[in-house]
Amino acid sequence: MIRIINSRIISCVSKQLTKPIGAQLSRSLCTNVPKPQKEEVQVTFVRANGERVQSKGKVGDSLLDVVVNNSLDFDGFGACEGTLTCSTCHLILSQADYDKLPDKPSDEELDMLDLAYDLADTSRLGCQICLEKSMNGLEVKVPATVNDARS
Amino acid sequence: MFTVRSSILKTLISSNFSKFKYFSTLNNEIKVCIVGGGAAGFYSSQYLLKHLPNTQIDVIEKLPVPFGLVRYGVAPDHPEVKNVINTFNKTAQHPNFKYYGNVSLGKEVTLDELRKAYNIVVLSYGSEIDTLLNISGEDKKNFMSAREFVGWYNGTPGLEELNPDLSGEEVILIGNGNVAIDVARILLTPVDILKKTDITEYSIEALSRSKVKKVYMVGRRGPLQAAFTIAELREMLKIPNVQTIWRSADFEGITSDTVTSLPRPKKRITELMLKSLQEAPKASSDDKQFLPIFFRSPIQINGDSQVESIDFSHTVLKNDRAIATNDVEKITGQLVCRSIGYKATSVDPSINFDDKNGRVVNKHGRVLMKDSTEIDKGLYVAGWLGTGPSGVILTTMNNAFQISQTIIDDIKNGELNCDEKKPGFDYSKFRAVTWDDWKKIDEKEVECGKKLDKPREKIVSVDEMLKLI
Repeated sequence: MIRIINSRIISCVSKQLTKPIGAQLSRSLCTNVPKPQKEEVQVTFVRANGERVQSKGKVGDSLLDVVVNNSLDFDGFGACEGTLTCSTCHLILSQADYDKLPDKPSDEELDMLDLAYDLADTSRLGCQICLEKSMNGLEVKVPATVNDARS
Repeated sequence: MFTVRSSILKTLISSNFSKFKYFSTLNNEIKVCIVGGGAAGFYSSQYLLKHLPNTQIDVIEKLPVPFGLVRYGVAPDHPEVKNVINTFNKTAQHPNFKYYGNVSLGKEVTLDELRKAYNIVVLSYGSEIDTLLNISGEDKKNFMSAREFVGWYNGTPGLEELNPDLSGEEVILIGNGNVAIDVARILLTPVDILKKTDITEYSIEALSRSKVKKVYMVGRRGPLQAAFTIAELREMLKIPNVQTIWRSADFEGITSDTVTSLPRPKKRITELMLKSLQEAPKASSDDKQFLPIFFRSPIQINGDSQVESIDFSHTVLKNDRAIATNDVEKITGQLVCRSIGYKATSVDPSINFDDKNGRVVNKHGRVLMKDSTEIDKGLYVAGWLGTGPSGVILTTMNNAFQISQTIIDDIKNGELNCDEKKPGFDYSKFRAVTWDDWKKIDEKEVECGKKLDKPREKIVSVDEMLKLI
């Protein structure tokens, strides 16, 4: 399990490093330019009742980080704190956004999603999606927990 | 005059605080008692504290220490799953939350006393006993329940003396849920990996002397009905120096067509089993073996005083049920754990309890009156005690949130009147363990763990826990 978590962190970190590394280096060598600020990415979470929650995160943050850092009020979200051992950060993407993501879900992520309520073909775990600049304006659906479990 | 003024006040309040307009009891604290400090109790507390204004919650717990099966059920090698404790700790910091450990419903307090002292009582004390096979010989030495075995390695008070005899090479697990998988994994994982977890030191000592080489996990039905989840299976397939050996006959009739038509979760787990079946086991005689077996139902436990083998009847599926045939297979095993489910018990004669199904009689979490379809207003049940013992922590979380929302709805809709000022219960006459007391136990456990290079060494004796307070 530890190996999986590391690989996620590494993949997040490496994604941050690979593209802007040249830019970051040249900027940090150039003293009259302000220190590089990580770019912000706008994300909208849409609750099951249609309510839209606008938020933002930095490039490299996971969608779980965005929820936690902005104290977004989704009951029970992120119970295992991003360690890929639960499915409480389940989010549903549009087909187009899902297809655009650079990484396909790992077997371990799919294993957890298989236990999620309201599983869709474009379901992902928020802890496994790292923000990139190109994701600005991303919209994701937060499946209902309480109401849907009701019979 | 006063009533008029207070109703004006209520109107004012409700117009100013439209969100809370239904709660005419705004000036009056709603006193809630939650019985049982496990996942259901903590998630109920969390939801009520957040969504029901002016609530005072008292959680009572039979043991001095909190967290129930998160502490005593979750496997020691799954520390990430226990991260939910961080959220429980936050809930416990809420000024309107109080914890009283070492207080048992049905012993120190009765349900009737709690009903008088609180506006709302939520029963969430879980499922404590296990389902028997009801065949002869379950009392033989080294035949035990997986619940006991798990409790033994996880340090559940009272189970530290279980002393499972691990000197035989074969173990049989009857039932194939995640509890059975946990037991198989603990028996087969190299001790060097386990000793870095919060597993009890006495079990590490016993496991390091274990001679177990083969663990059979036997289910009554077929691979498509297997109760374990895919994450647990994948983990089994990755244990170093352990071969997983399936019986190809069990998979007869499962074609690629059947697999494709399954819903995604079933499809993926079946594909994983098939893939593992097709991979020829690496030939190494030193490897330990994990042997899942399907379509076998136990009919007889053999052995003199100690279990030696189990007779299983072959089964066939009819309408998704396992029907025994006349064919019998004997499987030898020197330690056998039954793992066919947990059951709740009634701890207080006032509880409307369904003995047959092992749960409190309820409708969507509202407890019903005895021999009636009428709701017993103010009494609720959350978690396994109401639903029956199945599912992962997420399932219990959702259930607890759902029941808590039902409580809020009932108050909103006027179904439940909480206007009466209730005193709460005075636990000072008992040796109740407060949250600060638990913190002392917690610190001691972490400190003892540090010396052994593990996250904590659990204190198992209740007396020893109480001495620290």
